[in-house]
Amino acid sequence: MIKFCTRIFSLITLGISVLFFVISSAFAGSPTKVGFVYLTTPGDHGWTYAHELGKQMVEKRFGKDVKVSVVENVPEGPDATRVIRELAKQGNEIIFTTSFGYMEPTLKVAKEFPNIKFEHITGYKRSKNVATGNIRFYEGRYIQGVVAGLMTKTNKIGYIGAYPIAEVIMGINAFAQGLKSVNKDASISVIWANTWYDPVKEADAAKVHIAEGADVLAQHTDSPAMLQIAEKNGAMGFGQSTDMSAFAPKAQLFASINNWGPYYIKKIEELRNGKWNTGDGPNHWPGNVWGGIKSDMLVISKFQNMPANVAQKAQEALDGIKSGKINIFAGPLIDNTGKEIIPAGKALDDGALWGMNYYLQGVNGKVPG
Amino acid sequence: MEALILTIIATSIPLLLAATGELIAEKSGILNLGVEGMMLSGAVGALGAVLWLENPYYGIIAGALSGLLMASIFSVFTINFMTNQVATGLGLTIFATGLTGLAGAPLVGKTIPSLPKIEFFLLSDIPLIGSILFKQDFVAYLSIAIIIFISFFLKYSKSGIILRAVGDDHQSAHSVGYPVKKIRWYATCFGGMCAGIGGAYIPLVLTPHWSEGMTAGRGWIALALVVFASWIPWRIIVGALIFGGITIAQLVGQARGWPIPSQLLSMMPYIATIIALTMISGRLSKNNSVVPSSLGKPFFGGQ
Repeated sequence: MIKFCTRIFSLITLGISVLFFVISSAFAGSPTKVGFVYLTTPGDHGWTYAHELGKQMVEKRFGKDVKVSVVENVPEGPDATRVIRELAKQGNEIIFTTSFGYMEPTLKVAKEFPNIKFEHITGYKRSKNVATGNIRFYEGRYIQGVVAGLMTKTNKIGYIGAYPIAEVIMGINAFAQGLKSVNKDASISVIWANTWYDPVKEADAAKVHIAEGADVLAQHTDSPAMLQIAEKNGAMGFGQSTDMSAFAPKAQLFASINNWGPYYIKKIEELRNGKWNTGDGPNHWPGNVWGGIKSDMLVISKFQNMPANVAQKAQEALDGIKSGKINIFAGPLIDNTGKEIIPAGKALDDGALWGMNYYLQGVNGKVPG
Repeated sequence: MEALILTIIATSIPLLLAATGELIAEKSGILNLGVEGMMLSGAVGALGAVLWLENPYYGIIAGALSGLLMASIFSVFTINFMTNQVATGLGLTIFATGLTGLAGAPLVGKTIPSLPKIEFFLLSDIPLIGSILFKQDFVAYLSIAIIIFISFFLKYSKSGIILRAVGDDHQSAHSVGYPVKKIRWYATCFGGMCAGIGGAYIPLVLTPHWSEGMTAGRGWIALALVVFASWIPWRIIVGALIFGGITIAQLVGQARGWPIPSQLLSMMPYIATIIALTMISGRLSKNNSVVPSSLGKPFFGGQ
């Protein structure tokens, strides 16, 4: 008898829970499952932190309509393949892989899961279900160059780069173009840190630049160390990825802030409407995103610690880029050995930017390797 | 030039402290590969303490205590439970990387006042020498004081000789009646405190903020320095300055456009370590006294 009662009881419980499940899912509609893969943790206060802010915008915009899963601290390489595959198996419908080194792993997993959409950040290889997203970071560099050219007294600009890859070289050259537009006498010297992240080394590089006479510093590495050194030694600099004025209230001129949120939201929306695509062109597929200041993916923080006329020039450059009046890589472009890259009247296209392995006029030395 | 020399000195000090601490631990026979982890906890502890108590000097104490805490975890496992020292040390670094990431999360984005420079009146005004020798911060003086103290301690004091005896032959030291485990505990904890202060130096002086894994491998360099110095304290100063010097020279070379690949110069300190290692092992065959003979071996007897 007791056994019978238990059976009835469990049957009823089961029935009720199934009913609940059906009702709740019918009313809520099934949420879109979204996966993110992070290189470090949001604690880096730089690259990954910016992605975290983007993810939070997604959650705010869609609320219960999306279910977000994040995996942090995923090394680039075989581990990444495993993590991405796991996210795909868990039923995520769109997966954002947020570092350049995830390119091959993303393509590999995408082949195994043809019905899942993948978005690879900063890569250049695509397939039927892998689209790419990137920010035109170099647009912010141009404005940095304009401000640096007007602020420098020694005409020496110190630049700290991570690795000599197209992405970083593009930024240095855009900086040089901005610099040249306001100050023909200033030049840039580059120190390669050979790492994206080593605060002590970045600080050392900044100290060396200052000892060598530079008074405006720029960086393409991840920590706020450079700005802190600038602050201590009375030099100036620019924030990277996020607003770093808390670290250097007197030294930060402005920061180029990465704003991934609008891109994430757009792609998730497209997926939910059944409009997600990678297009079909060979190089400029419409479904792939490379947005800059115009599309709000690169945000320029407040101009500070500079006289009003410099801020005005900076604002003009910003407006010029936004309206399309300024084409940063318009000819005539001459590299720093005197070779003509492109004649007047023409401009480099996006493909040519990704092939940059030279410095333009205004940069000292030559690209290593 | 002066600014560059000061940069070299500043960049060497964390290495100097961590290596000195590790030297003492290794002299007692304990190979602690957790230096990187102890430095990280020193860094996060120091930053937290300064934010809380608003005085950079408390950062030094907090750094030492955080390093000490990590070292005692290591000691419990390797000395009392006799686990493998290499595995435990690696484990300690991995553990500390995660723990400091967690503990440091609320500290991200905050900045602290730096440790002030201590000046000696007229001496500090001497050009070049004044600012190099008599215008440093407390930790810089402390690290030199520790090295001088350690040199005399190991060579001339009775306790120092006992410590070396424990590291060279723990069985004999035990049979003569010395408390091997206790001595190793002390030595490891001293090592942890030094590494903690070394780690604390990074947020206190070099770059006053916290971000995950900010020591970026300096603990491993410190380990190599001990070998480079062939377990002789004053040579650590030389090694740390050479390492710092090459690091800075490499950056200066790039800024000035020297035609040497930066990657090659970045390799130099490591090449120097390998050469030193080869020379030491060459000498080992003739003279067995350089490496503590019980290094890395667990002690099973006693208590």
